Amino acid sequence: MTKGIVSGVVSNMVTLRVDGPVLQGEICYITTGGDRLMAEVIKVVGSDVYVQVFESTRGLKVGSQAEFTGHQLEIQLGPGMLSKNYDGLQNDLDKMDGVFLRRGQYTAPLDEDRLWDFEPIVKAGDRVQGSDWLGKVEENHQPLKIMAPFQMEGTAVVKSIVPAGQYKVNDTIAVLTTEAGEDINVTMVQHWPVKFAMTNYKEKPRPFKLLETGVRTIDTFNPIVEGGTGFIPGPFGTGKTVLQHAISKQAEADIVIIAACGERANEVVEIFTEFPELIDPHTGRKLMERTIIIANTSNMPVAAREASVYTAMTMAEYYRSMGLRVLLMADSTSRWAQALREMSNRMEELPGPDAFPMDLGALVANFYGRAGYVYLNNGEVGSVTFLGTVSPAGGNLKEPVTENTKKVARCFYALEQDRADKKRYPAVNPIDSYSKYLEYPEFAEYIKGHINEEWIPKVLALKTRMQRGKEIAEQINILGDDGVPVEYHVTFWKSEIIDFVILQQDAFDEIDAVTPLERQEEILNLVTAICDKEDYKFVEFEEVTRYFKKMINLCKQMNYSVYKSEQYYDFKKQVEAML
Amino acid sequence: MATAFQKVYTKISQITKATCSLKAKGVGYDELATINGRLAQVVKIVGDDVTLQVFEGTGGIPTNAEVTFLGKAPSLKVSDDLAGRFFNAYGHPIDGGPEIEGKEVEIGGPSVNPVRRKQPSELIATGIAGIDLNNTLVSGQKIPFFADPDQPFNEVMAMVAMRAKADKIILGGMGMTNDDYYFFRNTFSNAGALDRIISFINTTEDPAVERLLIPDMALTAAEYFAVEKHETVLVLLTDMTSYADSLSIVSNRMDQIPSKDSMPGSLYSDLAKIYEKAVQFPESVGGGSITIIAVTTLSGGDITHAVPDNTGYITEGQLYLRRDSDVGKVVVDPFRSLSRLKQLVAGKKTRKDHAQVMNAAIRLYADAANAKTKLENGFDLTDYDNRCLDYAKDYAEKLLAIDVNLNTEEMLDVTWSLFNKHFELEELNIKKEFTDQYWTKKG
Repeated sequence: MTKGIVSGVVSNMVTLRVDGPVLQGEICYITTGGDRLMAEVIKVVGSDVYVQVFESTRGLKVGSQAEFTGHQLEIQLGPGMLSKNYDGLQNDLDKMDGVFLRRGQYTAPLDEDRLWDFEPIVKAGDRVQGSDWLGKVEENHQPLKIMAPFQMEGTAVVKSIVPAGQYKVNDTIAVLTTEAGEDINVTMVQHWPVKFAMTNYKEKPRPFKLLETGVRTIDTFNPIVEGGTGFIPGPFGTGKTVLQHAISKQAEADIVIIAACGERANEVVEIFTEFPELIDPHTGRKLMERTIIIANTSNMPVAAREASVYTAMTMAEYYRSMGLRVLLMADSTSRWAQALREMSNRMEELPGPDAFPMDLGALVANFYGRAGYVYLNNGEVGSVTFLGTVSPAGGNLKEPVTENTKKVARCFYALEQDRADKKRYPAVNPIDSYSKYLEYPEFAEYIKGHINEEWIPKVLALKTRMQRGKEIAEQINILGDDGVPVEYHVTFWKSEIIDFVILQQDAFDEIDAVTPLERQEEILNLVTAICDKEDYKFVEFEEVTRYFKKMINLCKQMNYSVYKSEQYYDFKKQVEAML
Repeated sequence: MATAFQKVYTKISQITKATCSLKAKGVGYDELATINGRLAQVVKIVGDDVTLQVFEGTGGIPTNAEVTFLGKAPSLKVSDDLAGRFFNAYGHPIDGGPEIEGKEVEIGGPSVNPVRRKQPSELIATGIAGIDLNNTLVSGQKIPFFADPDQPFNEVMAMVAMRAKADKIILGGMGMTNDDYYFFRNTFSNAGALDRIISFINTTEDPAVERLLIPDMALTAAEYFAVEKHETVLVLLTDMTSYADSLSIVSNRMDQIPSKDSMPGSLYSDLAKIYEKAVQFPESVGGGSITIIAVTTLSGGDITHAVPDNTGYITEGQLYLRRDSDVGKVVVDPFRSLSRLKQLVAGKKTRKDHAQVMNAAIRLYADAANAKTKLENGFDLTDYDNRCLDYAKDYAEKLLAIDVNLNTEEMLDVTWSLFNKHFELEELNIKKEFTDQYWTKKG
């Protein structure tokens, strides 16, 4: 293997003089004072190689030795990843010693001694191709597949496969003979370079299946779909994190991967404190069982921040290859972009807008492009749904990360300072936000079968009412309460009832936090009925205000009541009586 | 400081306003050096060329100055003797007392493994309703005051520090005026609290770049007491905008491409490294916590500036002070202030109706703000508008003003009494469970 010697240090960018060939993106380890620091090649100039070090370079001296590994940044994929807390480079954080993260400490991502109940799917003599399912094991009630090596080209014949029984991840469970006549020993572990998309599927059609999140402003107003993409930009304090946590708790996915990318450590602590106690509303099992956390918090090394989102995406693609529905959340993609900016700056590259690297748009687009709903080679389906948050500087959406993300993400959930100030949570702006999936005929077809035919027209009608309500609110502000006809007030308050009853949702109330689809349908119908009623007989506007405030209060009490409980029907009856 | 086996260099090849470069071998990154007695730190190594950042500035440094490398990063000697003492940015006493003996620890040390943290869950009571009721603080939290320079943030911070039950209070003063330094000193000493206070002070009279050491010094001392002594430590950092200004000076002198507002592109990471030192340790390692209350001064209330903006994304909320013209007092602004961790204690460590009462009170206060706008625009007010305005005055006077000193139970009772006085039941939108218990008006 190629070796190198440190010839320069500027923060976490180190130059090495090398004695042999290196790959762009190759991983090397630099030895300093007994610590081995992992680093990645980012630029080569003759025999000078620029690497970004994933650790602190304090004390690093010119003349220190480096050893190259011959491969790019890759992770290990296999059973045993669920419920784990990893750092951005897939080190198992629970296996690390001590309270503080020690530099140069790397831990195994998989548990090598754990036994898995393996069951073969194929038999000797079967012909398989890369990524085909050879056998299965169960982890946390998820049926995981053991697959033929992803990198294998062409087809191969199963020479032998072990019978059902208990095996460790590194045991050979099958031997495949390739077309070239070469025998490959297959274990439960795969390696994959994180910056490359897995394309081991037959087709990636337009996604169409609603992904239920239990958040009304999403499911009802701007739905996301299995294999879809969305992003949540918002100034600080507008509830990005609360919204993301709500989605990750409630979404109807098999696996949820949370990449805490350059965010607060306490937010990660919240997840692994609460998720082991919380119940998945769809399966009744503990939430932690289906969750993987990739924690590269803001105080952890910057270079590993960039790696963390790729690590998370690669894991998501791995589970998708098994036919599972994966939800990937990255909080926040802006921090990732900032990590790129810091490095670009140290390399003295010419800067693009706001000093971000010129290829930012391409990187963001490629990343979002890795999500999707796919038909696997064996006809099964799997999906990676991706939701990223964006932290726009100064809350201004005209900045490079937001703009580049808007070009590629299909759902846009704009969090708004004004709504947050008024405590109208979730602070998703109902007018600016959108879901392109509402326009997909495939989606409309699916909703017809899954809910009913009127759903989408009703949703669109309410959206129009919100728009109209906003316009009227502006007029009332200019002309005064008395300066507009009473009907204007009715129109305004109809939009308020949509806002208060459907859009606003209390993420900290046990019942209101999650609204199953059936309940969303009922509340949508009720609110539609209130809005469609035209023969309100009000004489003066204060009467309108009083009436709708009372109505809102009753509907909110309904939202706080256990679904279909006596109390729930009691409030509903009162609403209907008022109509 | 040089000892017999340390090589002394005497040939400086380049001097800028903040840095010196020279040829040297075997130098480690981040290592300290002295240049004619002035402290400097290695910021760049290219082959034999070493660039040093000189904290005091380079004015008067000759090209034949004696340069000695110390073989270590900036460090602080920690022991219980730190308590009650005042230090400069290098950790040397400025109170006339002796140097501290103790274990030498490099500042800016490693991060806590996130899985070794505990979710913060202990309420920090300050008696100020704008904080305890609306934006409850929790141990292990990091939160700044966003304030214009003329606002009394140092006074409020000192008040919070004196009322909070902390074992140690560590003050990191960056670019502090001499007057403010004496204010803190007198406040602590009058409260008889000096023995649990440790201060690291860089005043406006000291070189600006020295400030960069202050937060790390303060937090290294904090980690000693929190990790090794399992104490509850409160760290006060004022003013972080001065700190960021120094960062931009250094980055500018190093020819780095600036990003927004002339700040270095790494501002977010630089600030996060400091604020993320706030932590609650679990009982399994003996407990202990570090809570950070900071000050970020704004320019004309502009929170879109890079410093408050990046800070807001890092800290767990922010507190705003505002002078309320209705009651003529400084209040904690309920609209823009936020404590992200409040739900960990609100309704759990406090009374169950806390969260709902707080939200309703703020919403009604917002309605009052709308009514005020109407009034200013010359529109007629409704009965509801008038009631909101009356309520807002009471609310600001009895709860939001920073001179209020109540426990949370009393704060909730006061809020309910205001609800009863000014509103009807259906105007509250509060869960029936609570209105059944606390709504006393009949009708």
